[in-house]
Amino acid sequence: MTLLDIENLTIKLRKHGVEATLVESLSYEVEAGETLAIVGESGSGKSLSSLAVMGLLAEDLHITSGSIRFDGVDLLELPSEEMRKRRGRDISMVFQEPMTSLNPVRTIGSQITESIEENMGLSGAEARARAVALLQEVGVSDAEQRMRQYPHHFSGGMRQRVMIAIALAAEPKLIIADEPTTALDVTIQAQILDLMARICRDHGTALILITHNLGVVARYARRVNVMYGGRIVESGLARALYYAPRHPYTQGLLRSVPRLDRPRSEPLEPIAGNPVDPFARITGCRFHPRCPHAQAVCTTTVPAFDGQVACHFPLSDETREAS
Amino acid sequence: MTADAFLRIEGLCVHFPVRKGLLQRQVASVRAVDNVTLSLRRGEAFGLVGESGCGKTTLARTVLRLVDATDGAVWFDGENITALKGAALAPYRTRVSAVFQDPFSSLNPRMKAGAIIAEVLKVHRFAGDITARVRELLALCGLSERFADLFPHQMSGGQRQRVGIARALATDPDLIVCDEAVSALDVSIQAQIVNLLEELRLRHGLTYLFIGHDLSVVRHLCDRVAVMYLGRVMETASSEELFSEPQHPYTQALIAAIPNPDPVSEEARDTALLKGEVPSPLDPPSGCVFHPRCPLAMDICARIAPELEPVRSGHAVACHAVTTQPQPETTTTGERDDR
Repeated sequence: MTLLDIENLTIKLRKHGVEATLVESLSYEVEAGETLAIVGESGSGKSLSSLAVMGLLAEDLHITSGSIRFDGVDLLELPSEEMRKRRGRDISMVFQEPMTSLNPVRTIGSQITESIEENMGLSGAEARARAVALLQEVGVSDAEQRMRQYPHHFSGGMRQRVMIAIALAAEPKLIIADEPTTALDVTIQAQILDLMARICRDHGTALILITHNLGVVARYARRVNVMYGGRIVESGLARALYYAPRHPYTQGLLRSVPRLDRPRSEPLEPIAGNPVDPFARITGCRFHPRCPHAQAVCTTTVPAFDGQVACHFPLSDETREAS
Repeated sequence: MTADAFLRIEGLCVHFPVRKGLLQRQVASVRAVDNVTLSLRRGEAFGLVGESGCGKTTLARTVLRLVDATDGAVWFDGENITALKGAALAPYRTRVSAVFQDPFSSLNPRMKAGAIIAEVLKVHRFAGDITARVRELLALCGLSERFADLFPHQMSGGQRQRVGIARALATDPDLIVCDEAVSALDVSIQAQIVNLLEELRLRHGLTYLFIGHDLSVVRHLCDRVAVMYLGRVMETASSEELFSEPQHPYTQALIAAIPNPDPVSEEARDTALLKGEVPSPLDPPSGCVFHPRCPLAMDICARIAPELEPVRSGHAVACHAVTTQPQPETTTTGERDDR
């Protein structure tokens, strides 16, 4: 069953009289209960599209076309009060920096119970009991006592557990996690991601995992969207995409990371050039200035996305090896 | 004591006082670096890895003489640089330079790239043609001369880091301390900078002390690696051996926690999760600082801190469970019995 259906979404930035297209004609779906990863580098638009789902775009960002249907309802048509109710209850979000997303002058307990009271209509002792149960579920020991503490009493990993507890409070159908472990150490990253995977499985919650880490995607996501310059350039099952990438950018990304499971002497093959500048006018495929396979048509015509890949000359088994 | 050590860190301790109250009396100290001994050969890339708070950056800053040692010494090319003061440090500062993590905060936003590099040349009284030298340094780092006239905000992250590297090369140093030099960069750009650092080292015979938290980058770039935890070195070995046959339980857990970009092997991988978190450096555990989280901990571990002892040539481990056991001919990760 399709839970989230984004169609033809375009987001533009208008500031000081200049205009830049940050997300262009984006379409993708999320099934109920599945984990979808969105991979991309800075400026790819991977975070913006999910902020649009949450209705949290900054004021100078405008949705100029498209629809975001959640459970059959177009969120872009909803009055803001209605959207506010759905936020947290139907869809919630876990951000990269747990220190900046928690209120430093309020106790952990009050921040979790606030979310429970707001979204579930529980109050007093009931809300408190639920908050303690949530903290225990996300692996915070001495939950009763830690309810009374402030964010600065918690380590980075523990704060992210609290954020997950808050996101989970109202049993949403979809959690969006935007680089949830980028600020954490690797051993803590593994703990937090395993926790999120277990919780989403147990509760049947769908998860959109936004990350730049290809290893994290391989372990936790079934399906992957690769974004570049505001567009999806490739989409598919992780297994297919990792072993047989069809877009030159996907292949380039996979070849540019050093890997512990490969010989140390294997050279890194960076993608030439610089990340896409949203203010620069690039005609045709936005990746063409960096693409080793670019031809004349790539500089003039935007390649259509056929549901799998957006490329005039997608890689095949032969071309993949040769390049 | 190895005779061929180019940089030798000997019994180094860096303790920061913790002061409290009106009189700012010292109530405790944080042992950021605690009795660390390491040596780097000329021309090698030496990696220093560990999680936040392990002391790797403090160690690097002590080598750069930005932080003072509490005890121990740092020998560079036969000279004890921890003893140098004032003007006596100037020659050392031309031979050692640094590349930092975030090129946006380590480059002056009001200066053009050319002026940023020229400043270093002027401070060190460069005798030749400064403009020509700036052009040469930019070219070494893959930037055309037009970049000399750009401000940092007019460049991408990768280009800024190239300027940072060009500045580090300005005095023609022998040793470069790279503190998370590629961590802030996007994946596709990170590979460009890693390759540039590698090429520069081989071409100019540079020695690197490379601090990083991304183990796969450190493995790729460094010949030898030391793993730190709460201010101490837990294990040191060649890159090849450390990653194929890690001996210390902490090193093993650290490596096991890293996901590989391979969906099939990832499904089968046991992350062998390390329980709990790094304890506060204000109140480190007794004995071996790792023992509360260690799957192999024995009685002795809570009482006596293990010394870094060689287990074979070029491979040393600070762990009672490893060094008191007779070493089998070949050990592989995770095959040791739990006791």
